[in-house]
Amino acid sequence: MMMVHVFSFTGKGLPLLAMHISEGILPPGWAGFWFLLALPFVAWGLRDLKVLSAREPFYKPMVGLIGAAVFVISCMPIPVPSVGTCSHPCGTGLAAILLGAPITVVITSVALTLQALFLSHGGLTTLGADIFSMGIVGGFTGWGVFRLSRRVGIPALTAAFLAGMLSDWATYSTTSLELASALHGTGSFPQMFTAIFISFIPTQLPLGIFEGFLTAGVYRFIAVRRPSLLTCLGVEVQAYRSAKTVNSDKGEVAI
Amino acid sequence: MKNSLLIVGLILISVISTWFLARNPATWSGVDETVVEKFAEEAGRPPMAPYINTDQGDLLLFFFLLAGIAGGAVGGYYFRELFPPISKESAKKAPQ
Repeated sequence: MMMVHVFSFTGKGLPLLAMHISEGILPPGWAGFWFLLALPFVAWGLRDLKVLSAREPFYKPMVGLIGAAVFVISCMPIPVPSVGTCSHPCGTGLAAILLGAPITVVITSVALTLQALFLSHGGLTTLGADIFSMGIVGGFTGWGVFRLSRRVGIPALTAAFLAGMLSDWATYSTTSLELASALHGTGSFPQMFTAIFISFIPTQLPLGIFEGFLTAGVYRFIAVRRPSLLTCLGVEVQAYRSAKTVNSDKGEVAI
Repeated sequence: MKNSLLIVGLILISVISTWFLARNPATWSGVDETVVEKFAEEAGRPPMAPYINTDQGDLLLFFFLLAGIAGGAVGGYYFRELFPPISKESAKKAPQ
């Protein structure tokens, strides 16, 4: 892959404030591999976006809102007091519940590209790997956990919590896999994967739980404030009825 | 009165939390330094500078601020479109 130094003041590695895989860490072969793996999902998402935007007029504003949320959430370092480190949630679980996994991949790709270009966050060569871990694995995990949870009768807010939490953990598990694959060299891959995975736990365990609460909170807001959105998005069949029940108990009027 | 107490409470919690975080001797490094870069450097692949290196002095702070403003503006614009303000008249109407 051709590397173009567009605008670089120094040539040496710097301690960056990024949370994704930083520029240059992945060897070119692995960087290219993750790009190739990510591209079909991005294409799938673009196709879905085109079809759904034509069908539902509110889809574009919804994608705009969720896209902005994912962008902000995924570059927001949150201090974890128990370990004295920072990390960021991903927001892809929430996006996948509302918009579906393929469109989440597109949103994530845009967010990660902007962060790599302007915020020294992640990297252009590692974009494929970051899209794969956060957009694809995070998105599909969030979507799958939510759908499966609802199918087996788990309440919507609990399902949203699980989706947010598990999508976060799945993202960082995949990052561990990506790093171990590329960096284990002649050493043991399982050993390196385990070491990296365990290193993430102190920070990502509480942060994943936080993301679960964030996802459930946003979901509840939409379910109460404008439940018709959930039914129109195909997220819930009975969201409007649930919202009416909640509001009726409080003596308020459903919207 | 209730709203005022809530606002004051939130401000107090924010200030106290910030004070506690700032007093903590931890470096507050991101997981990129504590995990990703650590393993990368041990494997002989330290991170390189970004191709557009905004991580210089206050420049990165500026770009993060711009990103926050842009993200907030876009999010706020579409939020208002999807969740328009509820008027008191519509709130009194029966649900459909």
